[in-house]
Amino acid sequence: MSKQPAAVIGVGQTHHRAKREDVSMAGLCREAIDRALEDAGLTLDEIDAIVVGKAPDLFEGVMMPELFLAEALGAAGKPLLRVHTAGSVGGSTAIVAASLVQAGVHRTVLTVAYEKQSESNAMWALSVPVPFNMPVHAGAGGYFAPHVRSYIRRSEAPTHIGAIVAAKDRTNALRNPYAHLRETKTVDDVLASQMLWDPIRYEETCPSSDGACALVIAAEDVARRSPDPAWIHGTVMRSEATTAAERDQVNPQASRDAAAALWRQAGITSPIDEIDAAEIYVPFSWFEPMWLESLGFAEEGAGWRLTESGATAIDGRLPVNASGGVLSSNPIGASGMLRFGEAALQVRGRAGEHQIDGARKALGHAYGGGSQFFAMWVVGSEPPTS
Amino acid sequence: MRDVAVVGFAQRQMEQFDGSPTCVELLVPLFQECYEQTGWTRQDVGFWCSGSSDYLAGRSFSFVQAVDAIGVIPPVNESHVEMDLAWAMYEAWLKIQTGEVDTALVYAFGKSSAGTLRRTLALQLEPYTMTPLWPDTVSLAGLQARIGLDAGLWDERAMAEVVQRSLTDAEKNEHAIRKGGSSVEALLERPMYADPLRKHDCAPVTDGAAAIVLAAGDRARDVRDRPAWLTGLSHHIDPMSLGTRDLTRSPSAARSAAALDLGGVEVAELHAPFSHQELILRRELGLDDDVRVNPSGGALAGNPMFSAGGIRVGEAATRIWSGEADKALAHATSGPALQQNLLCTLASSPEGATR
Amino acid sequence: MSRTLQAPVTVAFDYTRSTGPVLGRFLTGLRDGVVVAGRTSDGEIVVPPPEYDPVTHAQLDDFVEVAAEGSVVSWTWVPEPVKGQPLDRPFAFALVLLDGATRTLLHALDVPTPDAVSTGMRVRVRWAGERVGAITDIACFEPADGSAAGAGGAGGAGGTEPLAVPDPVTGVITPVSLDYVYAASPEESAFYRGLAEGRIVGQRCPSCGKVYVPPRAACPTDGTPTTDEVEVSHSGTVTTFCIVNVPFLGQRITPPYVSAYVLLDGADIAVLHLILDIPADQVRMGMRVKAVWKPREEWGTTIENISHFAPTGEPDADFDSYRHHL
Repeated sequence: MSKQPAAVIGVGQTHHRAKREDVSMAGLCREAIDRALEDAGLTLDEIDAIVVGKAPDLFEGVMMPELFLAEALGAAGKPLLRVHTAGSVGGSTAIVAASLVQAGVHRTVLTVAYEKQSESNAMWALSVPVPFNMPVHAGAGGYFAPHVRSYIRRSEAPTHIGAIVAAKDRTNALRNPYAHLRETKTVDDVLASQMLWDPIRYEETCPSSDGACALVIAAEDVARRSPDPAWIHGTVMRSEATTAAERDQVNPQASRDAAAALWRQAGITSPIDEIDAAEIYVPFSWFEPMWLESLGFAEEGAGWRLTESGATAIDGRLPVNASGGVLSSNPIGASGMLRFGEAALQVRGRAGEHQIDGARKALGHAYGGGSQFFAMWVVGSEPPTS
Repeated sequence: MRDVAVVGFAQRQMEQFDGSPTCVELLVPLFQECYEQTGWTRQDVGFWCSGSSDYLAGRSFSFVQAVDAIGVIPPVNESHVEMDLAWAMYEAWLKIQTGEVDTALVYAFGKSSAGTLRRTLALQLEPYTMTPLWPDTVSLAGLQARIGLDAGLWDERAMAEVVQRSLTDAEKNEHAIRKGGSSVEALLERPMYADPLRKHDCAPVTDGAAAIVLAAGDRARDVRDRPAWLTGLSHHIDPMSLGTRDLTRSPSAARSAAALDLGGVEVAELHAPFSHQELILRRELGLDDDVRVNPSGGALAGNPMFSAGGIRVGEAATRIWSGEADKALAHATSGPALQQNLLCTLASSPEGATR
Repeated sequence: MSRTLQAPVTVAFDYTRSTGPVLGRFLTGLRDGVVVAGRTSDGEIVVPPPEYDPVTHAQLDDFVEVAAEGSVVSWTWVPEPVKGQPLDRPFAFALVLLDGATRTLLHALDVPTPDAVSTGMRVRVRWAGERVGAITDIACFEPADGSAAGAGGAGGAGGTEPLAVPDPVTGVITPVSLDYVYAASPEESAFYRGLAEGRIVGQRCPSCGKVYVPPRAACPTDGTPTTDEVEVSHSGTVTTFCIVNVPFLGQRITPPYVSAYVLLDGADIAVLHLILDIPADQVRMGMRVKAVWKPREEWGTTIENISHFAPTGEPDADFDSYRHHL
């Protein structure tokens, strides 16, 4: 038996900011939800089920906040699920929502992911001391910096590649009215910024944002009535351990396995030729070349050449993060869903000023934990053929 | 819909687990039991999904290390819900329904005793106007119980009868951490604790973990002669606010029941952490008087957070496997005062599966 | 000796919540000594006002003042208050139907014994001495019949006129502090106890043979607990590292410092620790380092017995010798 066809027919997101002091958590979610519903031409009463995603509960200091949010999200009297898979959660949540339709259980599913980072301090929430141990890391940047260093050593990449990515994504964000950081950046600007977690500079890191993203995912009969559905061609989730003897932390096997399974599902044999736009989870600039290799857009060790060549620019062969990406907006729990939603906007021709002309197939990608949880999907402007 | 059955189940319950809140140590032997029951290795499992809570463990990403217990080279198709095991099972059931996989192992774990559970759970409440008052779980249940008592919907005796039956049945459950019936009269003579609740009206603080194995069609028949087929699965949520809900009712439980065929149910495992909540659930589900409720002793005999709902499914399944019942009902709850509820029917035959 | 090492941990943060307009309106009222309810589309008068209408799902914008007095609809006794509750002596939690409202409010009720509370009894708000725009501006409820007036003395009751809102409350600070007892796993406990004796103890996975430092409750490759104890060298190789220049909340080491993965000789997985006694910009991948222990009298069951790692002066290790540990 095969999956029931499903498509994204509505995408909504908030204006992402460091502090959205004008809204409560419910208000933040509803801002994204109401836009997604309007886009889909549906009301909350027409939604069958709701799937909520967000990163650790310590960020907002509420245990399972979907419980108190249920009524505000229109979930009262309906099925509600809460997904949490670390940083990949926005993507995983969209995949669980899609599976409700693909399983034939529901016809219209609303999914929302959010983070209101300004309620606390993510660095604190991720670094609660463990007795007998010593806090050596300094947040996510401190965690990932050594692995970036390993990548640079292994690939022999020039050290300014990360700056190319950061300048590109920040500049792309100027075309995205929802982005948190909207500022022209040059490679020199990035290289001149403070080295925070050597080899990661300040301008190569994602901001800390309040924000939400919502999607409406519908069954085939509903989607056929939409003027511009984004059909789901493949979804995949893969996990491995945070630390294991001889685990490849630069190009994890879970990532490679996930990509291979995704391309197979979506009937894609040459990703770089067949994917028109990619929204890849790049919270630190160097992860663009790293994931380009892992995803099979470039040979191992050659991802940085693709970046350096300009291929990942908005007018390049494979535009990556035309929206500005995680480097420009990072409401953690929502960041993955934003990648999935931006991919959908591209194939729907609804990405506005950052639209890639004629985009027909797009990748949405998210990862989390210590590069150990992966969630990805491929969406297309046409229904899948197989 | 594909025919999907529960074919494996293992659990651990204890008053106080002295190990790490990651509970990896508990999960390893649980998975071994599941492999022994199914004859599988981890490579036979198509999808994994777990349920747990960071606030129970007291740290972010507390579920991350749990995948070590699986052994994740090669990497696995895996997900996690910040919910009870029963909802993790629901996500796995969905995954099987999409046709992507044929088998799944779902698990959950929680060390309730790491903090002060009834206080920790105040973090589940609306954070602006409820949590700052730190209403504890027992108090919220007490408010609910009193309304029903005042309205004459149940009385102290009915609550004590639930406790008496549960603790008596628990004597036969090796996993129960509170057991031993006495008499309704003896129970009623015990002092009030959180008036109108006595201590035995409240589930004991319990640490533990549990795992459930699902398989579709012939994969299930290969494992067991009598798989426990999931013939119906439904869940809903109510608003949280205690002020706007009729606390003597559980509309989400009733709505879930309405989506299932409860005719012919012989055994029901209801996740009622407080004695009066079983009375609410029985009424909402419209169970006949001859339905055997909570032969395991239920949550009053042991309520490991994030596993206890799924354990109801496992307990119901074992009664299908053994031939003790041909049709059973399992229920899981989450949130304050029965806010969110999941129901599933399990049967010895996949025939007549609804959703 | 207990099976595992245990220690207390407090998880505490003062959360800064933005309230949005609806809850903000309610909290503004409390600050000003009035209780503001919301009128929903189905005609209910609800306290606190729900942010979104339960029927139309629209954001609520119809507010009415209700009385600071009402009757108990349900109550429960709290014999052993927990930290943070409105009263630190036994009290009741109550659902109170305020006069003018049709839905109840949850709060504490200050009565000395369960005998002093009953369903239907009249109660009134006892205002906090200082009101800031938080639910705790209501200190608690107190019996309203025949007892002295409570502290504070804020105004308003009744009234359904539109409410002017000068200087509205937009945020509230919610301290959350939870006490836990953390336990290390038995395998980790063996590691920390080894450190207390000046030893670095790992265990070998019986399936794949890899040596884990610290030992693991499950080898992440096989799902098998590590078993045979292996004492590993105090020297090793820096596989990769980060120079931390950024200060953060809870940091115990002043930046800049180097955090590095050190692959100890005899281990198959690197440990994370500090590299000192060398300028940060001279630390290299492949550098050979050794553990520098604190004075023995400062040792406990902690990784902090090792102050840091320092260069041994040996030639750097070949990249190929550690490339599979990156």
